[in-house]
Amino acid sequence: MSDSINNFSTLEQHLLNDYQRDMSLSATPYADMAKQLGVSEEKILESINSLQDRGVISRVGPVFRPNRIGVSTLAAMAIPEQDVECVARIISAFPEVNHNYQREHEYNLWFVVTASSAEHLDIVLYEIEQHTEYPLMSLPMLDDYFIDLGFNLKMSATK
Amino acid sequence: MSTTELNEQVIHVSAEDRALIKAVGHGLPVVSHPYAEIAKQLDTTEQDVISRLQHLIDNGAIKRYGVVVRHKELGYTANGMVVWDVPDDRVEELGMCIGKYSCVTLSYRRPRRLPDWSYNLFTMVHGSSREEVTKKVAEIVENCNLQNIEHTILFSTRRFKQRGASYTEKKYTPREETPVQTTAKDKSRRLHLVK
Repeated sequence: MSDSINNFSTLEQHLLNDYQRDMSLSATPYADMAKQLGVSEEKILESINSLQDRGVISRVGPVFRPNRIGVSTLAAMAIPEQDVECVARIISAFPEVNHNYQREHEYNLWFVVTASSAEHLDIVLYEIEQHTEYPLMSLPMLDDYFIDLGFNLKMSATK
Repeated sequence: MSTTELNEQVIHVSAEDRALIKAVGHGLPVVSHPYAEIAKQLDTTEQDVISRLQHLIDNGAIKRYGVVVRHKELGYTANGMVVWDVPDDRVEELGMCIGKYSCVTLSYRRPRRLPDWSYNLFTMVHGSSREEVTKKVAEIVENCNLQNIEHTILFSTRRFKQRGASYTEKKYTPREETPVQTTAKDKSRRLHLVK
């Protein structure tokens, strides 16, 4: 399902590109989009639902800054190939894990753990080690050098 | 090392805000009045939800507010986590330089874990293919003068989970009371987490 950006309708392209940041906090955000894009509110709701169903957008809403309202870390594990799937499933089952990727490296499983406090985070990391029976390497963010402007999609049909 | 070193940045969040953060963490309802619907769940008013969210934006807890796209489904099928071993006094300068590129979505300093892990700058580079990511990394090396900085690209081969963070608070039994089973594997392990 790896669509190219140009496989989307013009309306979808606008929804994907124009509202990644600074979306209005008005009571009717979708009606605002409809007005700006010259379509009905129903059309906007339908398009967003469709993009969500197709997995193109994960959600509409806030992206929280790491380590402000919660505490998070990037964890890495070196897992033998035959165990990766099983260990990854155990890790994904923790509600505190929000990203979990396999990568090509000796450290082949990389996941982000977010918790409400440093103590909560330490406990979850400890529990992951206990449940998977593999050690993990915790690499918390120390500085952020990236100013998040959303993801710039290269489109042919729009600006 | 403990994660408590991160505490300085943590904003105190009230129980009401925590409930709100939980309610919106996986996205706004796709309905005409999304905040009114959230207000109903939290037994408050639409205006209260909106002003609390505005406050979380103003105090920096919310980094970005809007449509959250998934890169892979948009044709950016290759993502490489590029890690760099940068001299400590140059991390900020080089982190900013790399973070400026449009194909880069993250640029973080993280601790080294010697001897196992010597990379201290983490960047995420997206592209339509592995070759494109590799090419972009080469461009970054050239433009930011990173020829003498060791780096490696960790391409993702499988995504097991990708969603917004959950900030639910939990009650845990103290660690001392958790029965710990020691396995044979324990002996050969170096635990980075527990000092």
